[in-house]
Amino acid sequence: MEILAFQGLIGLSVAMYLWLLASGLTIVFGVLGVLNFAHGSLFMLGAYFAYTFYGLWGVNFWLAIPLSLLSVAVVGYVMERFFLRHIYKEDHAYQLLLTFGFILILDDAVKMVWGGVAKIPAMPGFFEGTVSVVGRPFPVYNLFIISAGLFVAVLVWLLFEKTWWGKMVRASASDREMAGAIGINIPTLFTGVFAFGAMLAALGGALGTPVRVVAPGIGAAMIIQAFIITVIGGLGNLKGAFVGALIVGTLSAYGILLFPVFELFLIFLIMTVVLMIKPQGLFGG
Amino acid sequence: MKTRLAILSLIIFLAVLPAFAGKYLLYVTIHILLLSIFSLGFNLLFGYTGLLSFGQAGFYAVGAYGCAKILLAYPSLLAGIIGGVALAGVASLVLGILCIRHTRIYFSMLTLSFGMMIFSLAWKWRDMTGGDDGLVGIPRAPLEIPGLLRLNMAPMENYYYVVLVFSLLAIYLFHRLVHSPLGLTLQGIRDSETRTACVGISVRNYRLVSFTIAGMYAGLAGALLPPLESTVTPPVAHWSFSAEPVLATLLGGIYTFSGPIVGAFLFYVLKDIIVRFTQYWLICLGAIVLVLVLGFRGGVVSIFQGKGGRG
Repeated sequence: MEILAFQGLIGLSVAMYLWLLASGLTIVFGVLGVLNFAHGSLFMLGAYFAYTFYGLWGVNFWLAIPLSLLSVAVVGYVMERFFLRHIYKEDHAYQLLLTFGFILILDDAVKMVWGGVAKIPAMPGFFEGTVSVVGRPFPVYNLFIISAGLFVAVLVWLLFEKTWWGKMVRASASDREMAGAIGINIPTLFTGVFAFGAMLAALGGALGTPVRVVAPGIGAAMIIQAFIITVIGGLGNLKGAFVGALIVGTLSAYGILLFPVFELFLIFLIMTVVLMIKPQGLFGG
Repeated sequence: MKTRLAILSLIIFLAVLPAFAGKYLLYVTIHILLLSIFSLGFNLLFGYTGLLSFGQAGFYAVGAYGCAKILLAYPSLLAGIIGGVALAGVASLVLGILCIRHTRIYFSMLTLSFGMMIFSLAWKWRDMTGGDDGLVGIPRAPLEIPGLLRLNMAPMENYYYVVLVFSLLAIYLFHRLVHSPLGLTLQGIRDSETRTACVGISVRNYRLVSFTIAGMYAGLAGALLPPLESTVTPPVAHWSFSAEPVLATLLGGIYTFSGPIVGAFLFYVLKDIIVRFTQYWLICLGAIVLVLVLGFRGGVVSIFQGKGGRG
């Protein structure tokens, strides 16, 4: 019983990375109507920037995270402003292909700059150590991840529900033309939303640096999980992204305990079941 | 008449190639032929039916692993290839039922995810697939029809002819297919799902047929691989490999019959040229993708046909 509770907590911390990743993907899709295939690569970039600032240059951890978010936001800005913007009216397939081109570019660019070897920077001192949870040692850092994830969830919710910017975003998500007609600067707003989504992915990547491996392949691995989460939760739905991340996170934590060989398979199985019963996802309209 | 002459001379060229080409050139040509078959199948889904799949490597892998397993148990080339194609057909039929429940973006995400499911099986199911070591020591078994003929496949030239015959057959069948009522129905679905449904055609069933045939083409390309390489490893199931037919088709031209074949050729030529200068050839490929998507939607073939392709 205790191991189940403990493993649940592990799953929760995994779920938080996934939530940060999937939330950005789903927001960008919900507002811009573009599925960003390269979203996982932005996650990877976040991890690499955090590694550079914090692990290589010794910048303070609390400064390194926002710095890496800003750097990835700049990459997001370039992607949207100079490329994606030109194909909003086109078929979805071309948008996918375009963002796919960015995966190839970003993955190889990372190899060029940082090399192909995986990197693991040291844990910031104040997060070292463990606390006792149901009699087992649980890393302090995981507790930090869980609280950070929940904090961001509340923050994103407040941003979209309570602020003027959030209202503008929701308005243009539901009717782009109408929102433009009443004076919302749609192109600028879209750039902002895309950069915001990129920053959420980067946050997931950056927070993972002290405990997860930073390697060129992590973006591609993450995007698959993000896709599964959004299929389960419903594409474009924030609540769905959160619940989907919780499901996938906990499942992989328990799965690795129960069926170590077929842990990944279990997640695909859940996705299949959801697809059979509710093809539009748990929270999809 | 001109096209026929061109095709005929191309076939003759390919037929006499072993007479003057070295081993490396034959090897690359075999790979170009495999990618052509693979891409043709992909384009049946994308160009003709309007479904963008990012999981075709999964079916390629089913064909490759299936053929390898058969060859390891029973060394007959035909049994391996046909078995591999059949297995890929079954896999794509089953997964197709799930995938075609969705179209557009969801379809792409689903094919990608299920493709990766096959990858995770190839990676983790050690007893069956050999895990990350893959299957090794696959014999290039003789082409044998009991009582009729038995051809030794050990020399590369002999195997090259087998691949060539299978490829030409696959391309010919594909040509018949897309110009048949079935092919026209698929294009109808691509252009307007509602209209096609309104004339009483079951859109889902036709999508499933298209998905299964595409899977079998991927399976054929996959099944022809293990006798050449004598190994199969999990990367053939990885989604970055699914990207190859996507890129080849995009390079050659989406809405044209010969696009994927021309694209497969260009893909290898480009790769060969770029890797001479830099190991980071994917970054160049990515840049090419950006240019193609933003500017030259019709690919190379449409440039020669003198039209910009569809918008």
